[in-house]
Amino acid sequence: MTSPVGAIDGPPAKPALTSRWDSPALRRFRRHRLAVFGAVTILVLTLACIVGPFLLPFTDTFIDIRQRFAPPLSGAHVLGTDQLGRDMLARLLMAGRISLAVGFAAMAISMVIGVCVGLVAGYYGGAIGAVLMRFVDAMLCFPSIFLLLAVSAFIHPGVETIILLIAFTAWMEVARIVEAQIKALRERDFAVAAEALGASDARVMIRELLPNAIAPIVVAATLNVAHAILAESYISFLGYGIQPPTPSWGNMLDNAQGYLTSAPWLAMLPGAMITLAVTSFNFIGDGLRDALDPRTDAR
Amino acid sequence: MGSFLARRVGQAGVLLLIVSIIGFSILHLAPGGPLSQFAATGDMTQEDLDRVARQMGLDRPLPVQYAEWLWRLLQGDWGVSYRDKQPVLRVIGSHLGATLELMLSSTLLAMMIGCWIGVLGAIRRYSVFDTLATVGAMIALSIPTFWFGLVVIYVFSVGLGWLPAGNRYTIGDGSWSDRLHHLIGPCIVLALVSTAVWSRYMRSSMLDVINHDYIRTARSKGIPERRILFQHAVRNALLPMITIAGLHLPTLLSGALVTETVFTWPGMGRLFLDSIGYRDYPTVMGILMFTAMLVLLGSLLADLLYGVADPRIRTA
Amino acid sequence: MTATPALVPAMAPVTRSAASMAEDVVLDVEDLSVSFVSPQGIVPAAREVSFEVRRGETLAMVGESGSGKSVTSLAILRLTPPAPQCRIEGRVRLRAGDRRVHDLLALPEARMRELRGSAAAMVFQEPMTSLNPVHKIGDQIAEAVRFHSALSKRGALDRAAELLDLVGIPDVRRRMSSYPHQLSGGMRQRVMIAIALSCEPVLLIADEPTTALDVTIQAQILELLHDLQQRTQMALLFITHNLGVVAEIADRVIVMYAGRVVEEAAVLPLFKRPLMPYTQGLLRSVPRLDLAGRRCDELAAIPGNVPDPLALPPGCSFAPRCAHRVPELCDARVPLLEGAGAEHFVRCARWASLAEGAPP
Repeated sequence: MTSPVGAIDGPPAKPALTSRWDSPALRRFRRHRLAVFGAVTILVLTLACIVGPFLLPFTDTFIDIRQRFAPPLSGAHVLGTDQLGRDMLARLLMAGRISLAVGFAAMAISMVIGVCVGLVAGYYGGAIGAVLMRFVDAMLCFPSIFLLLAVSAFIHPGVETIILLIAFTAWMEVARIVEAQIKALRERDFAVAAEALGASDARVMIRELLPNAIAPIVVAATLNVAHAILAESYISFLGYGIQPPTPSWGNMLDNAQGYLTSAPWLAMLPGAMITLAVTSFNFIGDGLRDALDPRTDAR
Repeated sequence: MGSFLARRVGQAGVLLLIVSIIGFSILHLAPGGPLSQFAATGDMTQEDLDRVARQMGLDRPLPVQYAEWLWRLLQGDWGVSYRDKQPVLRVIGSHLGATLELMLSSTLLAMMIGCWIGVLGAIRRYSVFDTLATVGAMIALSIPTFWFGLVVIYVFSVGLGWLPAGNRYTIGDGSWSDRLHHLIGPCIVLALVSTAVWSRYMRSSMLDVINHDYIRTARSKGIPERRILFQHAVRNALLPMITIAGLHLPTLLSGALVTETVFTWPGMGRLFLDSIGYRDYPTVMGILMFTAMLVLLGSLLADLLYGVADPRIRTA
Repeated sequence: MTATPALVPAMAPVTRSAASMAEDVVLDVEDLSVSFVSPQGIVPAAREVSFEVRRGETLAMVGESGSGKSVTSLAILRLTPPAPQCRIEGRVRLRAGDRRVHDLLALPEARMRELRGSAAAMVFQEPMTSLNPVHKIGDQIAEAVRFHSALSKRGALDRAAELLDLVGIPDVRRRMSSYPHQLSGGMRQRVMIAIALSCEPVLLIADEPTTALDVTIQAQILELLHDLQQRTQMALLFITHNLGVVAEIADRVIVMYAGRVVEEAAVLPLFKRPLMPYTQGLLRSVPRLDLAGRRCDELAAIPGNVPDPLALPPGCSFAPRCAHRVPELCDARVPLLEGAGAEHFVRCARWASLAEGAPP
């Protein structure tokens, strides 16, 4: 006899509040599927953006005036053409090169800044740590788009400057994470032992502490790529990011709003690419979080 | 509560100081510094520029300039807009209403839907609903707001013709219902990301709360499950949401800027973009500082509100 | 009942009368088994646990953590996790204040909820976390009252004040509007007891109510529970791992090991003549002073650990740690719970020979 014990509001099948007894295997499996989906998508996307343009019959700059606003799946142009008759697929892939490159590069730089600030603040603590972390707090007070636009408006934006700008507005969360980790780690035996053995500060930080904080850093790095791609698309869409004729997913949308009625694919396709890429990175980040630190569930 | 309040206000003061230093640095970071507006027009000679610089006190040491700038800032003298020839604070003030209307309405919408999704997801953890909500929230967080705006316009304005494609009201109308009609689109667009954020945090907060001993106590009292859920679990789970509201403010402001652009909503975000286009330096800097101070104020208010809402802090 | 000759083994397995409950029995638990479904397999937490608690009686349930005593107590009130994760089998019957007998495991949830907190109430181990931090003390007590009686909100609050007074909390008026964090651990446990007693339950389950408290506070809480029981004649199921507490409060004792009852007896016989080697080991591990103030013997810890519930030994669960283990006897099958005297039961294949070999 199995009794409907503990069911909360009647029939036993009705799910209830308590959930300490879940199956981690089930959970990891499902989470994993999303992460795997994300990883495969990013891999395919990256490959397509690198190799794709060489295989297409059109380049992204080829202007075919007779074929303006050709809808997708209607002829030679698989995804249609834009207002100048340029092949959408070729443009999307070339834009993908830029957008993904900006994402990865900005992530790398922001990670370097964030990890350095976090390491120093967490390791030395005291006044240095307090000043650095208050600076982080202050930077976080500025809404990132406002900060990006304000600065990019004053300097002439190129791909490199955009990367730097995004990196400079995206390192704070990483610094916070690393600082918290290092602060906790440096009390532990191995760090104390290394210090007692006379290892230099830099050595203790990089060789002893940093490797132990790598899990959250990897997760943050993945999420930072997603953030950077989004940030690039925002400022490019607003006209202060990557400048035409260099295509990026964001600036392809810039003047698409005007053609929303006549040629909706101009807006839909790049937006879908951004969403796909960003979602994939977020999925990977989530999967990594679960895999690397099984204690945390949802944020 | 008293010491908590004093400490928190003190922290906010220190932060404001650092925020102002960052703002001032950005002002002087740009090529040409505060003079770039004059330099950009090209019809001023170097001599003229030097004269203006002296007039503006730009030849003095930076710390002195900073102190003066901060002093004027605190007094409410934020400069004069190049474009409108009006004090910056007044220009910001005339656009603030539209932004607040948008932000408040979408936050309200996002809180209601998001918290509900979070609570349901937590009590039916790993159900189909929970899985869909989790995946849906992650996708929602990944959709660029401007693109979602375009999709909404394409579907509901261009396609179905249900919603206006932009502006705050129809010229010549401006009735209550007309304004509401115009608000729907941007409100939904801005609420998307917030809803995802709220639902995620509410879910994990609920999951944390329902494993607490006092929920078991409530159950052992034999009170109805619904009451356990709302009087005991949700009430406690909502507490950390106050902090989340404060933390979410920068994202919300950024989203508002983009949403206002897509829907030609006459708020602070659009003003900011227009000012950048005009190289209206004082206004750009003013809005940047204003948003940062708004965020600072928001998180301070959130902390104070938390102190009032949580008896453990209120009566301490 | 005449005194049974001390060492006569009652070889027939003990079966309890399943049909009817004696008039003074408040709680009758029969073959209660609780198991959890985990990724590693089905974890049996309590197995075929049977006992009864009578009116005005205190039954102490003793065992190490993981012996299944808390799970058993939660299962009685159906407070374990819901069905797919947790399975409960057996029969639990409760005689409510109106003399009606309820088959708890077969009740619909709504009926169970009516009994919970009114006919049967529970006090938990952790007073620091068992009260809701955002509600006032008075409201938390009154809440239970309101849902189980026809009292108005005002009436329920008055009753709450009465209860606070009953459990010995001074300055009741002020305490009614206090929040839990403003009270000490002992005070909070008194509040928990007030909540449990709010509807005059016939059965109070106290799951290690004093474990988290200081020793002096422990004694106060025990005394309070004892007083309240004298007054209300409620049955008390007291769960603890502390044998000192058992000696102080219990009328009868059941000893749990690895999810099973291994010994059951009145408190004096159990302390004087424990039959199960595990119980003997438990008693030996309690520090004691003799009359001269010297420590008696050396403190003997039981060697080894509680078995993994996923890999229980085939025979006696205690056999791997037992000094008297005879493999062919102890590992062959799970020993039955045998009668060993007046209301004394023991689950050990060798209890009779051991008792003969080593007289008390």
